[in-house]
Amino acid sequence: MTPPTPSAAAPLEVTEESAEKSITSPSPKANESRSPGQLAWRRFKRDRTGVISACIVIFFFTIAIAAPLIAKLYGKNPYDQYGQDAPIGTLFNESGYPIKPNGGIDADFWFGLEPQMGRDVFTFLLYGIRTSLMIATITTLLVTVIGVVVGISAGYLGGKTDYLVSRVIDIVLSFPSTLFFIAFTPVVYGLFWAADEEIPAWGRGVCLVVLLTAFGWASIARLLRGQVLALREREFVEAAKVTGASPTRIIFKELLPNLWTPILIQSTLALPAFVTAEAGLAFLGVGIQDPTPDWGVMIQRGAQFYTDDITFMIFPGVSMIIFVLAFNLLGDSVRDALDPKSKR
Amino acid sequence: MFRFLVRRVLGALVILLIISAVTFFLFYAIPRDPARMACGKVCPDDLLAQVRQNLGIADPMPVQYWHWLQAIFVGRDYVGVGHCDAPCFGYSFSNNVNVFDTIMERLPTTISLAIGGAFFFLLIGVGTGMLAALKQGKFLDKAASSFSLIGSSMQIYFVGYIAMFFLVSQLHLLDQPSYTPFTENPGAWFSGLLLPWLVLSIIFTANYTRMTRSQLVEQLSEDYVRTARAKGLSRSSVFFRFAWRGAMGPIVTIFGIDMGTLIGGAIITESTFSIQGLGALAVRSVDDSDLPMLLGVTMIAAAGIVFANIIVDAVYALIDPRIRLA
Repeated sequence: MTPPTPSAAAPLEVTEESAEKSITSPSPKANESRSPGQLAWRRFKRDRTGVISACIVIFFFTIAIAAPLIAKLYGKNPYDQYGQDAPIGTLFNESGYPIKPNGGIDADFWFGLEPQMGRDVFTFLLYGIRTSLMIATITTLLVTVIGVVVGISAGYLGGKTDYLVSRVIDIVLSFPSTLFFIAFTPVVYGLFWAADEEIPAWGRGVCLVVLLTAFGWASIARLLRGQVLALREREFVEAAKVTGASPTRIIFKELLPNLWTPILIQSTLALPAFVTAEAGLAFLGVGIQDPTPDWGVMIQRGAQFYTDDITFMIFPGVSMIIFVLAFNLLGDSVRDALDPKSKR
Repeated sequence: MFRFLVRRVLGALVILLIISAVTFFLFYAIPRDPARMACGKVCPDDLLAQVRQNLGIADPMPVQYWHWLQAIFVGRDYVGVGHCDAPCFGYSFSNNVNVFDTIMERLPTTISLAIGGAFFFLLIGVGTGMLAALKQGKFLDKAASSFSLIGSSMQIYFVGYIAMFFLVSQLHLLDQPSYTPFTENPGAWFSGLLLPWLVLSIIFTANYTRMTRSQLVEQLSEDYVRTARAKGLSRSSVFFRFAWRGAMGPIVTIFGIDMGTLIGGAIITESTFSIQGLGALAVRSVDDSDLPMLLGVTMIAAAGIVFANIIVDAVYALIDPRIRLA
């Protein structure tokens, strides 16, 4: 009896490289058998919404990675205070607002200027997306790895381990998490920096990742535990046990390949959630802070003068909605492609 | 049912105990001295010791925690302040007010926000979900699904300001968000909270529209619905008495989770609309290193989440008797 390992290749299929590969490779003949991954990829390609969303998501990641390059070509950076440096009356009026309408949008400043500080909105947004996506991506990876290892181990080992892990998950999920982020960010800072020391921007990023991970792993672990409980009664696991396979082998070689679908679906749903959570914390002034560019920092800045200059807030706000929407749609399409039986 | 409730409530109390202990001990890991903060800039050592004594933080940590726990059930005597009655969460470090009274004072604000918001998002969400399920595949269905998707991608901290900018500062259609007690002036209570309710409903509606639609679509294709129609029951009575009842379970689940979170203090919502509820209180207590206040708010928030879960499970069993409460 061979263990069914359907979608082991699936996660690889959705990346950019494989997109190019499958376009260049000759289309498979009708009688040729396809792997489940290939089937999923074919279903995904036929889903127009999914492909468009994937393009938008890739676009966001590309500009995030290429932010320094784009800023160099554009000739500005997110830290200089262009509005303040120019003499009063050229870019800014006396009260610190752009003279030109719509937040000072013109050929030099494509997205306008930030009121008061006078930074360039376009580069600020680019670097902001870069920061936010970096934190969200790292958190998603960590959360997925921890959640998968804990969930599968608990589900497979059962007994006391399972009971203990399940109770820990219950407790973690009962914590009022936003409140805890606010309350205990100083604790994490205190572990690494003295009270009067200036905390570097990367330090704040690391703390955010640590806290978001500490509260994020539980839901994916609970889901996978449930899946494993169903899987471990199946014959192929029993067969592996009879042949003397070690628990490690069974977990990683027998169970894990069957769980790629839920893992991939969960992580695509988690990433936009972390983006908005991170931005929410920055908005509250807990996470990343001015002058580090960040999606949430921009919204927090915008909130300070939204009645006088709403344009500044539109850019981070709308771009975030587009990103989250595209990513959610992509998540739905990935689910449809990998798991065609599931209903939305 | 009774045994289930007792067991779950005991479990919830254990969880709350653990959360309070974690909060308590983590708080002292913050590199800040509450006594020094309460004492002020210039603080001689003997005065500092006195303040420490008064705040009740001179004892070792486990003893302090035990006192805190005891006070909730039997009250506690404070030096120079007097007795604090039974559900006693102590006095604030920063302004010496009774924590329990302050929380009770703020609770109506948070509950008004949560209940009003819930009314709108349930009404709009479940309503559009039902319509979408009835008009499956038609224009209305697609429009409802698209709107709910866009709504679910929005964030309060953006939509809230946009709404305030257009509806309050530009068009003067709604009032600047504020809280007036319902008992004082129901009209002002309503108009002051209408904008936050509507913004909350934009964001929360999506989940309910999607869930209601998919559940109803599934239920309407079940055999028992066809049987009920075949034996001559009217469309509407089949829809409401059979299909809707079957579809309600998951909606109750997400509603319970959302309510638990909202009661626990919608921190970002309150901060966006500058409403002084529990969320704002929590943020302030963190800024002031105010341990008793922070513990009190955390307990309320966690209790909201934990008990909402129990209520959801119980209600679920009432709606769907097939579910065993094990």
